[in-house]
Amino acid sequence: MDDLWYSEYHTPNVKFSLKVSTQLHHEVSEYQKISVFDSPEFGRFLTLDGIMMLTQRDEFIYHEMMTHPAMAVNPEAKKVLVIGAGDGGVLRELGKYSGIEKIDVVEIDERVVGVCKEFLPQTACGFDDPRVALHFQDGLKFVRHTEQTYDLIIVDSTDPFGPGEVLFTKEFYGNCYRALSEKGILINQHESPFYQEDAKAMKSAHKRISHVFPISFVYQAHIPTYPSGHWLFGLASKTLYPLEDTGAEKWNALGIKTKYYNTELHHGAFALPTYVKELLSDE
Amino acid sequence: MPLMEALEKMRHGRLVPFDVPGHKHGKGNPQLTEFLGERCLSVDVNSMKPLDNLCHPTSVIKEAEELAAEAFGAAYAFFMVGGTTSAVQAMILASVQRGEEIILPRNVHQSVINALVLCGATPVYINPQMDKKLGIALGMSVDEVKTTMEAHPRAKAILVNNPTYYGICSDIKQITRIAHEKGLRVLADEAHGTHFYFGKDMPLSAMAAGADLAAVSMHKSGGSLTQSALLLCGGGVNPNDVRKIINLTQTTSGSYLLLSSLDISRRNLALWGMETFEKVKKFAGYAREEINAIGDYYAYANDLINGNSVFDFDTTKLSVNTLGLGLAGIEVYDLLRDEYDIQIEFGDLGNILAYISVGDKNKNIERLISALGEIRRIYKKESKAALDLAYITPTVVISPQEAFYGEKVSLPLAECEGRVCAEFVMCYPPGIPLLAPGERMNTQNIAYIQYAKEKGCVLTGPESMDISRLNVWKGEENG
Repeated sequence: MDDLWYSEYHTPNVKFSLKVSTQLHHEVSEYQKISVFDSPEFGRFLTLDGIMMLTQRDEFIYHEMMTHPAMAVNPEAKKVLVIGAGDGGVLRELGKYSGIEKIDVVEIDERVVGVCKEFLPQTACGFDDPRVALHFQDGLKFVRHTEQTYDLIIVDSTDPFGPGEVLFTKEFYGNCYRALSEKGILINQHESPFYQEDAKAMKSAHKRISHVFPISFVYQAHIPTYPSGHWLFGLASKTLYPLEDTGAEKWNALGIKTKYYNTELHHGAFALPTYVKELLSDE
Repeated sequence: MPLMEALEKMRHGRLVPFDVPGHKHGKGNPQLTEFLGERCLSVDVNSMKPLDNLCHPTSVIKEAEELAAEAFGAAYAFFMVGGTTSAVQAMILASVQRGEEIILPRNVHQSVINALVLCGATPVYINPQMDKKLGIALGMSVDEVKTTMEAHPRAKAILVNNPTYYGICSDIKQITRIAHEKGLRVLADEAHGTHFYFGKDMPLSAMAAGADLAAVSMHKSGGSLTQSALLLCGGGVNPNDVRKIINLTQTTSGSYLLLSSLDISRRNLALWGMETFEKVKKFAGYAREEINAIGDYYAYANDLINGNSVFDFDTTKLSVNTLGLGLAGIEVYDLLRDEYDIQIEFGDLGNILAYISVGDKNKNIERLISALGEIRRIYKKESKAALDLAYITPTVVISPQEAFYGEKVSLPLAECEGRVCAEFVMCYPPGIPLLAPGERMNTQNIAYIQYAKEKGCVLTGPESMDISRLNVWKGEENG
């Protein structure tokens, strides 16, 4: 019997492995290696350059947490820009809001979208929403050129080593600031605080965002297939505070169906472990 | 690649080293070997029979130099291990001596005037036309060259920047023709022009223009290791004479790391140079377009060409004027590094230069453009920098050598007006002298130094590290 395993080094000394039942796809695009596997425990999963991006089993946690906290702070958001998100998961969550009028999606690698549409319809269904406009472009270049004003920008990037690197720079955050409305919110995936290398990336991302935005907070979720399982997100804005300005009743009245997010969890997510608070304040 | 192959052969031969260097292929210095890598240390060897000798090449170095000469269209090529500085100095020392004159544009690299301190020749400066708006020195106009040559019949050579740091080229072909008619040697500082020999639609290279000697920084656009360079000879120069001059100051332990990097880079350039520099040109062109679209910045290129003081432009260069933002180039340079983790080549009072090469990636170009956009959004000043960067005509009173070695006295900067400067004052980068030994100082010089200091330029040269004082020539005090 085949004993196939997918492994990813979370640090040079820590390996995370999933039993693989079959490899469904592999290709090398202009930007990266794209693979899709099937596994008994987590279902299908997508990797880019050998790094786990999402699994069918736990993607809901990440995609819900990238979307709903910001929408609960500003349920009136009408124009949304999503950078990255080639799998469509964030779009699926945004699609649940009837108040949103327009969703611009900027993904640098057209092939990621192509592969997800073929093998991961669970998230790629997000692209079917008629409000979604896809732009295959460098994310930094898009925000630099855009004349639009967005109420919400979601940066669903890969790690800051590789094609996603520019999405962790101060110049990128500054251009996002420029493209946001007065009530605008920037959400980005913020890496993990646990392992040293990830924590460094997390700290520098937070530091750069705090230099650009007057209000910047970090919140967390528990995602089994990401390094250490403890993942952080950033919420930055010009005027809105993530706790004080959340209208729980308003959001609950929308009747959005979720599996992970709810308005009690919203408050808990911003309550960080002491060591993470120390990491964030240590500059 | 004769040199690389000879080194490979030596390594595989497992030669037992009872010669220098004492680290013996790295084994005697494990920390250094760990840091630089075993392969690197294993070829850090001394000259030996199978590896030839840089001071007197007869086998593999000679072959490698001949291949380089062929690739660059030169009659001979010397591998240099003391930086392009050593190549510039060798070509000057080989062409002029004490009591003779050499015609130079003022915006020469400091190594040129250093060479005059060594050989005793006197500089005759040609006023490089200034672009008032940009605050940069341009090239030499052919008419100015003609007039200067007529006024200085004792001049033995003329030096041409091909191109300047900013990418500006003079009409080197015409200048060479006129100089040769009058019996002057033509020396080209091609520290920024390696790619002219390989790229498509590039400005004319010195060898193609018929120049006599050219100093080429292979380590800039050519891809070799820092400190390696080439000295190219045209057909009218006896390479054996040049070698004698080179050997006056060149090390007798030329580094094989540097030499092999020249050999390998020469091959890369010959095989893939054209496509490489097409890519670089595309990057730079794209960045220029995008930076100009930001507003207030002015990324210039062929639009400067005027057939005279700007005869041609090197479009691989990304030079950007920042004065429209009310910021000095050096201020933008500092912001890019301190706030955006982007290190560019240099910033002067009005411009920045980002060095684009084959090592660049789209995403880094995007970062640079975006960071410039952000700097404009956040740091733009309403008051435009009202800097009048007029050309200060140097008054050469005595030769640099005489001033450098003469008796001197130290004076506070403000009291130096009217005195003959006995040392260099360099604004770094780009390393072009504001003052050279032997020149009379005026109020303009002093104001410029003070302004550059205020803006945070690194001023080097004088004994007094903060340039609060300068050494002046004592010789005039009794006269």
